[in-house]
Amino acid sequence: MLRIGHLILLSVGTQLPFDRLVRAVDDWAIAAGRTDVVAQVGPSTYAPRSLKAFPFLAPEAFRELQLNATIMISHAGMGSILTALEYGKPIIIMPRDHLRGEHRNGHQMATAERFKAVPGIYVASDEHGLIEHLTRLTELTGSQKLPPHAPASFTDRLRDFILRP
Amino acid sequence: MTTPRLLLVASAGGHWVQLSRLAAAFEGFDAQYVTTLKGARAPCGERPVAVVRDGSQTDLVGLLVMFAQLLFIVLKFRPSTIVTTGAAPGVFAVRLGKLLGARTVWIDSIANSEKLSLSGRLVRKHVDLCLTQWPHLTDAYPDVQCFGSVI
Repeated sequence: MLRIGHLILLSVGTQLPFDRLVRAVDDWAIAAGRTDVVAQVGPSTYAPRSLKAFPFLAPEAFRELQLNATIMISHAGMGSILTALEYGKPIIIMPRDHLRGEHRNGHQMATAERFKAVPGIYVASDEHGLIEHLTRLTELTGSQKLPPHAPASFTDRLRDFILRP
Repeated sequence: MTTPRLLLVASAGGHWVQLSRLAAAFEGFDAQYVTTLKGARAPCGERPVAVVRDGSQTDLVGLLVMFAQLLFIVLKFRPSTIVTTGAAPGVFAVRLGKLLGARTVWIDSIANSEKLSLSGRLVRKHVDLCLTQWPHLTDAYPDVQCFGSVI
């Protein structure tokens, strides 16, 4: 049974497996006795023992979990990062390592580097970094909520381009 | 002036979240959104979101099915402008759209801070407007502009 307000949400996107992250969070959940971790694991093949894992979640159900999560954990994908910022949730991100075959290129490493100074975003370069963040879970705080839309300076220029004859 | 018919394309996940954040640019136009995961709600407009199969460099069957689905959508909807934040479905959409005379806009993901995405590099010579969200990248690609970022 999930206690509302004590939900940890792990997500790794829908395209590629990320067993290293799923396993690390599962190991931690078992050691820490946490039964309140829900995971969207995509095509990952590792079978979690403690996490409530789903390969895919419908957008509405996923949004509901994101809204109820106290902490988000994810790969360094922009969907999770932007949603965490919009909802003001603390997020731990661990980038996929293309040298281990976890992605087609190293852009998640670059994303983690670019966003590590942003309040509310906690970067773990590997499993050890992840555990460090997880052991001081209650100290992690979210950012101020990001408005759910891009700055008008961007959308106005885009609109002008569309309307230009 | 006739109302622009916009085809707005993004893969599920980060690409979709970024496209959703740009909805203010499309308000009041006839907008058809396309993504790769069932159940998404259109950020603006009346039309339900169209869904195409996902695909990538490592899923060629997926790419073929996706291409056929996008061909059908583009022929049926006849967009005047196509805007995409990537990835694979956006590449197909802007290439198909160009053939049919639509104006095309590629917005590279904010995730690509070191160089343009592979998709972006594939389409940048073929679109009417190619945007990066990182100002420093406009130096590397003279035909790429920056209007800022979605955050």
